[in-house]
Amino acid sequence: MIQAATGATAGASWPRIAPLGTDGLLVSFGDTLDEAANRAALAFRAAAQQAGLDGLCETATSLASAYLRFDPDLDAPEDFVAAVTRLAQGRDWFAESLPQGRRLWRIPCVFGGDLAPQLTEAAAAAGLTPEAAVRSIAETRLRVQTIGFAPGQPYLGALGPEWEIPRQTALTDRIPVGALCVAIRQMVLFTVSTPTGWRHVGQTAFRGFRPGADAPLVLRAGDEVIFDPVPADAYAALVAQGPAGGATAKELA
Amino acid sequence: MSRTLIVRRTGPGVTVQDMGRPGRIGDGLSRGGAADRLALYEGAALLGQPAGLAALEMAGFGGEFEAGADLRIALTGAPMAATLDGSRLAWNASHALPKGARLSIGGAEAGSYGYLHVGGGFDTPEVLGARSAHLAAGIGAPLAAGDVLPVGADARPGAVGLCLAADPRFDGGRVRVVAGPQTGFFGASETARFAAEGFRRDARGNRMGVRLLPDGAPFASEAGLSILSETVVPGDIQITGDGSPFVLLAECQTTGGYPRIGTVIAADLPRVAQAAAGAVLRFAFIDIAQGRDIDARERRRIAALRGAVRPLLRDPATIRDLLSYQLISGVTAGDDLDRREA
Repeated sequence: MIQAATGATAGASWPRIAPLGTDGLLVSFGDTLDEAANRAALAFRAAAQQAGLDGLCETATSLASAYLRFDPDLDAPEDFVAAVTRLAQGRDWFAESLPQGRRLWRIPCVFGGDLAPQLTEAAAAAGLTPEAAVRSIAETRLRVQTIGFAPGQPYLGALGPEWEIPRQTALTDRIPVGALCVAIRQMVLFTVSTPTGWRHVGQTAFRGFRPGADAPLVLRAGDEVIFDPVPADAYAALVAQGPAGGATAKELA
Repeated sequence: MSRTLIVRRTGPGVTVQDMGRPGRIGDGLSRGGAADRLALYEGAALLGQPAGLAALEMAGFGGEFEAGADLRIALTGAPMAATLDGSRLAWNASHALPKGARLSIGGAEAGSYGYLHVGGGFDTPEVLGARSAHLAAGIGAPLAAGDVLPVGADARPGAVGLCLAADPRFDGGRVRVVAGPQTGFFGASETARFAAEGFRRDARGNRMGVRLLPDGAPFASEAGLSILSETVVPGDIQITGDGSPFVLLAECQTTGGYPRIGTVIAADLPRVAQAAAGAVLRFAFIDIAQGRDIDARERRRIAALRGAVRPLLRDPATIRDLLSYQLISGVTAGDDLDRREA
């Protein structure tokens, strides 16, 4: 299984453990974006949370690595490092399955037009017509690879190889909450309004971060998402549905 | 009588801040909280209350505030010109702010972030377990004129006229750094140069981080700009596209793809946050065990801050402070007292 992962990331040199600040460790499973390294990072984080590590304060994952923060007042931080190292080396993380409790989301999305003005240019960069670009995105079952940058904000992947398009060199001043943006075979569904170098190809009424709600963070790493194209004149009705924006979810077996 | 502080005028960067929301990096939410956390501990020591209570963080400029009830205040962080009904107030000190009194706080005289603490703390609603505005995450907002801030119950009314020695961290200086997961992407000569040269704090900077301008040539990593995004933490020093360092602060994003040459230790991060535009910072690499020792020492010092509080020395030119001092010592004098006790 480990050989089947990828030549670039699997093998004796991974995982790698390095300090991040005086009270953190970064456990990396690869240096390129791939499905196996992402899965390994998610599985390792879950295992670290369950391992009863003395002094563990916080865990997180990014695309291919896990972050562990420990209590800086531990008498022997080197013991914590040793325990994490044993855990990291004790299993073939690339062979682990995806986390439990995953869901499949369907999120209505308006592609192109005034609401998502960069569809045409992003499609051209991918060598597609706008219609083919929408089809390609809508037919791909995307997975939440990580939540990051902003609260509840998912990085989704992977699109087909034609979408290996770079970020823009100049930043878009501000894209709205709910914007679906694309670069480097990934999509980001923005939960905050922010400047970005990613191209804005779709607009949803979905709010992935709901500060006042009982469950303010909606998506989880491992969840899968399908964006269903809807016409622009359906957008107002989606907004009227509140923060879900017409999205539905069901448990994945 | 409702305990409030009324905002009459405010600078553009005044926000409610506390210790932030640790433990949510995995949700994409950085800890946030005060840019200079040490200032929160200092304010808590001056007022004799828990450090987790919320205060006002004033980026560069304060504002004008009116007490809706008899309050105690403390002023910490970057020193700013502060007056109470026209009389100058000492910084790094606690004072009485009687009901109806006007507190005016001007621009920073050194450093970047000043703090206004109240006895009992600001009792604004909690979001995700804290009162801090996290502007990058869309939680809370800067204060606006007309805002009325609720103030919590004060456990020690009347205890004012105390001060702490200034802990200078407002003019740049030497900052200690530990190596991280990506330090190896920079060759030995680049890291040596990084530790040898000076950096000027750019005018661009906010609660997410501060940009530094190298005195020498831009810095470059061997990995270029094709690095897979990883978790980032406050103190991380990103080398951005133009080769200048950007040091992440409390409200940084949770992941980043710029190569990072190292991480500023927690004990020295207030010095980076507070460096005013133009201040010169220098970096020194230390090993991780040393960094942990220094951070632990700083935590012990902070835990003992309350014991370092002293009565405010009387300056005959500042009647208000004189009044506060005499209240502590049990002597009463001056007609201001009548108004204070009313």
